[in-house]
Amino acid sequence: MGLYNKIIKKSIWVFHVSASPCNNCDIEILDLLTPGYDIERFGIKLVGSARHADVLLVTGVVSYKVAPRLKQLYEQAAKPLFVVGIGTCTTGGATFKTSYNKAGIPLEKVIPVNAYVPGCPPKPEAMIDGVVKLLGTLK
Amino acid sequence: MLKYLFYLFVFPGFLFASAFGLIVGWIERKVSARVQFRVGPPFFQNFYDVFKLWGKEIILIRNSPYFLFIIAPIIAFGSVIMTTTLVGMSFFYGVGIGGDLLFIIYLMVIYSVSLILGASSTGNVYSSIGAGREMKMVISDELAFILVLLVPIIHAGYSIDLAKILAYQADNGMIIGSASGIIAFIVGIICIQAKMGLVPFDTAEAETEIVEGPLMEYSGPLLAFWKLAHYMMYVFLPMLLVILFWGGMSFASFGSIMAGIGKYLLIVVLMILIRNTNPRVRIDSAINFFWKWASPLALIAVILAIIGV
Repeated sequence: MGLYNKIIKKSIWVFHVSASPCNNCDIEILDLLTPGYDIERFGIKLVGSARHADVLLVTGVVSYKVAPRLKQLYEQAAKPLFVVGIGTCTTGGATFKTSYNKAGIPLEKVIPVNAYVPGCPPKPEAMIDGVVKLLGTLK
Repeated sequence: MLKYLFYLFVFPGFLFASAFGLIVGWIERKVSARVQFRVGPPFFQNFYDVFKLWGKEIILIRNSPYFLFIIAPIIAFGSVIMTTTLVGMSFFYGVGIGGDLLFIIYLMVIYSVSLILGASSTGNVYSSIGAGREMKMVISDELAFILVLLVPIIHAGYSIDLAKILAYQADNGMIIGSASGIIAFIVGIICIQAKMGLVPFDTAEAETEIVEGPLMEYSGPLLAFWKLAHYMMYVFLPMLLVILFWGGMSFASFGSIMAGIGKYLLIVVLMILIRNTNPRVRIDSAINFFWKWASPLALIAVILAIIGV
């Protein structure tokens, strides 16, 4: 899979999953996709359908209501697929760590995760760094 | 026989059209990026994208006619290859098969029809909306496009042979030099925009409202077929306009070859700029536009051509 991994690094299509977030990370993701950061120069593109995606960007505390849907989305996406948890919510719950309605703290209780980008919210630069580090682990 | 297989699979056909289509796709993305003050993707980006899609899995829907789902992109791809071969044969070698234009009209509808069939076989709501919109786009742009094609046909003495149209223009000057030619060319560029699903008329694939509509359920190699077919339309549609209105390309000298490439690139960049400077129209205003403005304008061009202006 050496050549294939080399190519997939250069063409990453991202699907944005909001799993009950507070919308803060989502706005940062939208900021990431604006011309100011221009991630198209790395071949990263936002797609509207999970079928086309190579990376799922999951934001928010996964609640009991969202968890089965998130699992379904993961199963319906075409493999090979990577999952990146965006924000502290996906690792430790941040403000919602004492909430009664948390199925996914950390996120890998629900679906397999390849990388986390903590921060409340993480800066767009941090997200680019996280994705680049994830791709660096591909051999 | 061997010559025609070479045409179909190597030079104006499959290999050339795929590679050149992906390069023109890069030009599209790069020019769009420059318009938005961005840097844009690297040169081989579209090659990476298609190669990556070949390695992903195909997901089929259990309770659907998935034979149709699989066969639709392959038929679309095949029809686009055949169209590119036909147009490319006239563009590069100056040979035709006799009834080129009639054949091209039919082959181009096959692309839209297979898009509609593939989309409606999934049962997805967004795909169904996309299929319906694509159907309306076909109804609206087909009449105007055929009327546009009639203008060079009438100028060349009622011949549907691309070689004869080129020969006419070599003797009597480009068709765009006449009043009917200018009107038909303007309507033609708008029709091409609609045929390719570029921005003023991309209602069928609107990414921000119905998330790529007809292509939503496609993944892996089948999606790669759709993307390749889409990029290959960038190869033959501008070439067709160059042949019909701008006198094609001649290999007489270095200057004339450069002029031919220049004409092609000019139309491509014009299409990309129209795409980047316009908002998306609603489907009803698209039909309104084509039936109330574009088609009558093309009809005027046809009447002018019959008079001989």
